[in-house]
Amino acid sequence: MLLFFFMVVTVMREKTPLVRTRVPEATEIVRLEKKSWVVYLYIGPPVRTDLYGTAPRIQLNDAFGSIDQIIEFIEHERSQRDERVRPFLTYSLKVDRETSMGIVSDVKQELRKANALKLNYSAVRRKE
Amino acid sequence: MARKGKKVPEINAASMADIAFLLLIFFLLVTTIDTDKGIIRKLPPMPKGPPPEVEVHDRNVFVVRVNAFDQLMVEGDIISIDDLRKRTKEFILNPYNSPDLAENPQKAIVSLKSDRGTSYDMYIQVQNELTAAYNEIRDEYALQHYGKEYEALPKRLQKEVRKQFPMKISEAEPEETGNQ
Repeated sequence: MLLFFFMVVTVMREKTPLVRTRVPEATEIVRLEKKSWVVYLYIGPPVRTDLYGTAPRIQLNDAFGSIDQIIEFIEHERSQRDERVRPFLTYSLKVDRETSMGIVSDVKQELRKANALKLNYSAVRRKE
Repeated sequence: MARKGKKVPEINAASMADIAFLLLIFFLLVTTIDTDKGIIRKLPPMPKGPPPEVEVHDRNVFVVRVNAFDQLMVEGDIISIDDLRKRTKEFILNPYNSPDLAENPQKAIVSLKSDRGTSYDMYIQVQNELTAAYNEIRDEYALQHYGKEYEALPKRLQKEVRKQFPMKISEAEPEETGNQ
């Protein structure tokens, strides 16, 4: 029984994290309904600091991305989804808590340009 | 004839338990119950052309500023994050009809501006407190009028409550002040 439970519950991690994303804690968080309706963007310091330094980077899918690749990335992600789903896509920002707002707001501007307006600032529940 | 004496060959099932156990452990280790939770926000669409002139009364704007040192300023006062929720609620509801606070909740706008050097953690804390203020107000209103918390209401009534207390958070482009 336990075996079946874990088999069902398991979600394989499809992306190898290149950046560290320790998301901030919050209390007013909402669960995202459909996993397939979510597009993830990761921002944080690289995991391999010896190779890539400590400055925060953006991860799009399985590679580092730059600010001007975001629009392209969004378009690509959209084209992969069913047409009916596209208007409901949520863009989840998984951002490390120690990142500064500069890079985050740059990303937000790009998302606005790509008309990707539904955002989710990923967070974990704060333990009281 | 010969059939009678033949036994149905049995599969040796002794190792079944071991296999199941191994699989169980494998899935136990591999499982990451991913938390897909967060604060939902909607970005304003990119303006097409010059922004329209909107007349907003000063008293209806709740100015929240966060600087590069994660200090919080609300309507000219430096306050701590723990007071933000209370101040926001006071501003929106304006229980004593103060001339400096919002005329009514529908007109209330929260203006949030951060610095490029503000930490993301601080930014989320501020967003969280603002959301909490609105959630608490909506809950109180829902309890008073419908006897239920906001989340427990049917969709139609939730919309009604939202119309009473629309969450208007205007975010300005962060400024670059102070070195990061």
